[in-house]
Amino acid sequence: MPIYLGGVNPLYGYSQLLHGAVGNKLALTETFVIFAPLLLCGIAVALAFTCKFWNIGAEGQLYSGGLIGSLFAVYATSIPSVIAIPVMMILGFLGGAAWAAWPAILKVKLKVDEVVTTLLGNWVMTYAVATILFGPWKNPVTGWPESPVISETTDYPILVAGSRFHLGIIIAMLVALAFYVIIRKTKWGFELLGIGGNQTASYAAGINVSRQIILAAIVSGGIAGLAGVGQVAGIEFHMKTDLSPGFGYTGVVIAMVGALSPIGVVLASFLMAVIVQGTQAMHRATGVPWALAETIQGIILLCLLVGLFFTKYRVRLRMR
Amino acid sequence: MPILDVTLITGVLAATMRLATPLIYGTIGETFSERAGVLNLGIEGMMLMGASTGFLVGYSSGNLWLGVFAAAMIGVVLGLVMAFLTVSIGAQQHVAGLGLTIACSGFSFYLYRVTIENVGGVQPHVDPFATIPIPYLSQMPIIGEVLFDQHALAYLGLILVPVSAFILFRTRFGLALRAVGENPNAAATAGIDVFKMRYLCLCIAGALSAVGGAWLSLAQSGMFLPGLTQGRGWVCIALVVFANWSPFRVLGGAILFGGIDAVQLSLQSVGWKIPYQLFLMLPYVLTIAALIAVSRRARAPAALLSSYKRED
Repeated sequence: MPIYLGGVNPLYGYSQLLHGAVGNKLALTETFVIFAPLLLCGIAVALAFTCKFWNIGAEGQLYSGGLIGSLFAVYATSIPSVIAIPVMMILGFLGGAAWAAWPAILKVKLKVDEVVTTLLGNWVMTYAVATILFGPWKNPVTGWPESPVISETTDYPILVAGSRFHLGIIIAMLVALAFYVIIRKTKWGFELLGIGGNQTASYAAGINVSRQIILAAIVSGGIAGLAGVGQVAGIEFHMKTDLSPGFGYTGVVIAMVGALSPIGVVLASFLMAVIVQGTQAMHRATGVPWALAETIQGIILLCLLVGLFFTKYRVRLRMR
Repeated sequence: MPILDVTLITGVLAATMRLATPLIYGTIGETFSERAGVLNLGIEGMMLMGASTGFLVGYSSGNLWLGVFAAAMIGVVLGLVMAFLTVSIGAQQHVAGLGLTIACSGFSFYLYRVTIENVGGVQPHVDPFATIPIPYLSQMPIIGEVLFDQHALAYLGLILVPVSAFILFRTRFGLALRAVGENPNAAATAGIDVFKMRYLCLCIAGALSAVGGAWLSLAQSGMFLPGLTQGRGWVCIALVVFANWSPFRVLGGAILFGGIDAVQLSLQSVGWKIPYQLFLMLPYVLTIAALIAVSRRARAPAALLSSYKRED
């Protein structure tokens, strides 16, 4: 519908979208480049939502992880990759984790609503990054608000020659696998599901609800932080003020569309990556503005909410 | 010392009042919806759609007030969408709001691009609203320029504060509204239509925040740019909490946050060395601090974020 508004035959538009996203090898690798941060943010949000910790702050946690990771990566020139890359990832994980931990602690200890704190945390972190990059860390060579180039030893290796298909994409998939194992196979995952289902009952069953929520928030933020590290070490090679075009917010869409299930989140991330990458191609081919991608994402989410209602409603009918 | 210059101070104060205007509209709107029990995270999207629609209508018709009206209307429509999702369907309020904001921030720019032909590098613009100096009062030193030489929408915003405080706390309607936000079941028992109240409040919220957005394109800049709101919708969400859900405190908070913005802009113009982003960060940090401070006697509407199901 919105494509039609733009004066372009929708069928032609959508065929261009698909072609531009998965039509050839280069397009496909580029779609995977977007898939990686989306998947990580989607998992981060889904994990937190599983125990009803409403983490809207994946965007800020992504920046936090990218910042801490690059603080190390820029100065890691003399450290071999085998050590430098894992250290950078751990630091990035911790950076993101820290930025999710304080809203979780405030929620548990003082009952401060985490929707508001994580949301505001996004803006505090974006401006904090901007303050650093416009101030003390401005690139001395270009004068741009970006960090110096990170050490080559911390660049994620490229896995498909002639493309930008980097190590981070594999890492994202491994994290998805880990998420599956945690939710389906471990006691911790079971407890998180329990807390999400009924907090009072979980408490009565002897689960330390507060600790598990804080732990879930920390892991959630850490995963979002890894997305930030991936963007720095795989794509940009600087810390930048526009490291993410809203991956963290799209992560919320993905988590909901994927119904918080590991496989659902993987599929939803790929769908969103196709839309983002494809819209850019469609824009080049037909002139339909790229802002369409965001519009479609939002509309998908809203339609899904309506759809969820009707599936719930059907279940209720049968029960009567 | 240029910081202590009288004209500069007057300028900063006048800018404070100006920049507080969209915050007042958005935050009062958000206060209505949260008082009725709905956290409207769609506000950022509503402001952007208001800015875009307001500009497009104002630009093509040449009548700015028509633009403001169109913005209010699109706000009402978005309020209805938000209400349908959160009230009728009972969807998670923050997910619905976030979805609305994502869709609107894309669509506002999309609408602008497909409506306005590419005019070869020149950004289409309208002559923004002129200020209306109030006779005699605007002649007063400093105060005159700060308070009585503003846009019509700024005056309306100032009137909006006591009016909405009166509606919320002194009328039957306001009592019903707050009851719906505190305990919808009890309100329903007392014969209040919870669904209707929440629909109404979200329409009010939509209209007000869209007008706040239209102010940005029609009075502040005279043009529309993607992301014109610069996250002001989120500031409004913060401000509601900061103001403890009370209209008069909203005014104070809006002036404080508008002031921070004004100081930041003037420091930028005199070439201050501290990155201005530090100032942009302040409203958010202040709000988080306020949240922590009031957490022990949290005064959020009790039914905020919970959906209400009719008992059949």
